[in-house]
Amino acid sequence: MPKDGSGLSLDGLGLPLWLVVELTYKCPLKCPWCSNPVDFERYGNELSTEEWKSVLRQGREMGALQLGFTGGEPMLRRDLEELVAEADRLGYYTNLITSGVGLNQDRLRALKAAGLKQVQLSVQAPERELSQALVGIDVFDHKIDIARAIKAEGLPMVLNVPVSRYNIERTREFLDLAEEIGVEYVEFANLQYYNWALLNRAELLPTKEQIERSEAIVQEARRRLGKKMTIYFVVPDYYDNRPKACMNGWGAIHLTIAPDGTALPCQEARLIKTLNFPSVREHDLAWIWRDSPAFQKFRGDSWMKEPCRSCDEKEKDFGGCRCQAFLLTGDAANTDPVCAKSPDRQIIDGLLGCAKGERSAGVDKLVMRDISKRLSAVEPGV
Amino acid sequence: METERPLQLDDAVELNPTHHFRWEEPQRSHVLLYPEGIVKLNETAAAIIEAATGAASLGAAVTALAARYERADLEPKIIAFLEDARAKGWIRVKS
Ligand SMILES: C[S@@+](CC[C@H](N)C(=O)[O-])C[C@H]1O[C@@H](n2cnc3c(N)ncnc32)[C@H](O)[C@@H]1O
Ligand code: SF4
Ligand code: SF4
Repeated sequence: MPKDGSGLSLDGLGLPLWLVVELTYKCPLKCPWCSNPVDFERYGNELSTEEWKSVLRQGREMGALQLGFTGGEPMLRRDLEELVAEADRLGYYTNLITSGVGLNQDRLRALKAAGLKQVQLSVQAPERELSQALVGIDVFDHKIDIARAIKAEGLPMVLNVPVSRYNIERTREFLDLAEEIGVEYVEFANLQYYNWALLNRAELLPTKEQIERSEAIVQEARRRLGKKMTIYFVVPDYYDNRPKACMNGWGAIHLTIAPDGTALPCQEARLIKTLNFPSVREHDLAWIWRDSPAFQKFRGDSWMKEPCRSCDEKEKDFGGCRCQAFLLTGDAANTDPVCAKSPDRQIIDGLLGCAKGERSAGVDKLVMRDISKRLSAVEPGV
Repeated sequence: METERPLQLDDAVELNPTHHFRWEEPQRSHVLLYPEGIVKLNETAAAIIEAATGAASLGAAVTALAARYERADLEPKIIAFLEDARAKGWIRVKS
């Protein structure tokens, strides 16, 4: 996804410049904030290699340039190398977004040979014990080995840190680790509260003080490290008084294809249960992008209600995130409740008042991403 | 933070190896592709990047661009643009 501060305000001429393919929802990790659907196991009917290739071809014909391979864990697909090779041949700038599990020296070399341009590796904790507690399995040492191997292959690497109150106090340790490995880009991505993260929100949300401390450490590191490391710090939108310019607008430049071929304007959008998203198994991509009702639904600004409709900032943030509006207010066409002008802002303020603060050990209250756990957990709600 | 010395006319520059620069027909423009980013370049910006990364020195690039646009006063603008491009990490000085 475009990073905060990448200066992305693109007029894509209405083309889907940014294509994300979620090859599978399967994943051996159990991150309790995973952005995949809580009912991910219902969408097991994954596209075949040939179906994915057709998606890549059609995307490129429509002008897509950046391509992210993600999931779930994309390394679980044995045809990943073949798909990367096809994407590179078609002229995409290819990114692999991975937890590192399933990646080894051989596959890394094969991916590089296939034309892979960049790897985004997620690291959830700067040490083994916390890592295991947060992702449910012992993968820390492997991740660090993989980070070094990526570096040794000379591939640009983004270290992605999904930030919650469980690891936000470790900012300095993350930075030391990244510096020691020689990572060029570090992204502290405060969690976005959808799906699993929403289910666990009360436990995961950091306090304002924690965020400020963490950001100060990042500022200091930026001064110290200069050009050696670029550090992105994606602030949690709950603490802002304006919403994020989500996806640069609905159906503006971004297109995600879910494992089962469902086409989405963003990776979370299938949680908007009131919309019917088209599948690449039934329609061609050009129709889906240009004409399908789901992609037209929130394109431009004619769908907006007040206060967005008459707001002079609507060109800037497009009224915020449709998924957040749906989840928190029940109507995807409402103003994102993060906005101070939203009549629903008190929902967010109420949540912030409950943020729990420092926490170093004990993860027993988290619902891990695990089918059996989900079935006994309450459905996510406001 | 280390401060870099200003670009000089006898410097040669190259594209950052993580960046790809090319013409894209669907956008009808040159684009720069890099980790997490796409930049569309207008015609002048693309011409400068192309000339600067293709020439043996910035001086030669300036001469070529001056001839192409039939203007003699372009040097400060070209250098300022390239400084900006270097600050953004698009290009670097060849060592
Ligand atoms: C869903 S994962 C899929 C790829 C791979 N399994 C991984 O974790 O890197 C894609 C990226 O989203 C991040 N992520 C997951 N849940 C998130 C959330 N709720 N908010 C923000 N980022 C999240 C992960 O850290 C990872 O960088
Ligand atoms: S965020 Fe965690 S659980 Fe979700 S796909 Fe990535 S590694 Fe797996
Ligand atoms: S009212 Fe709507 S358009 Fe205006 S700032 Fe808030 S979210 Fe953005």
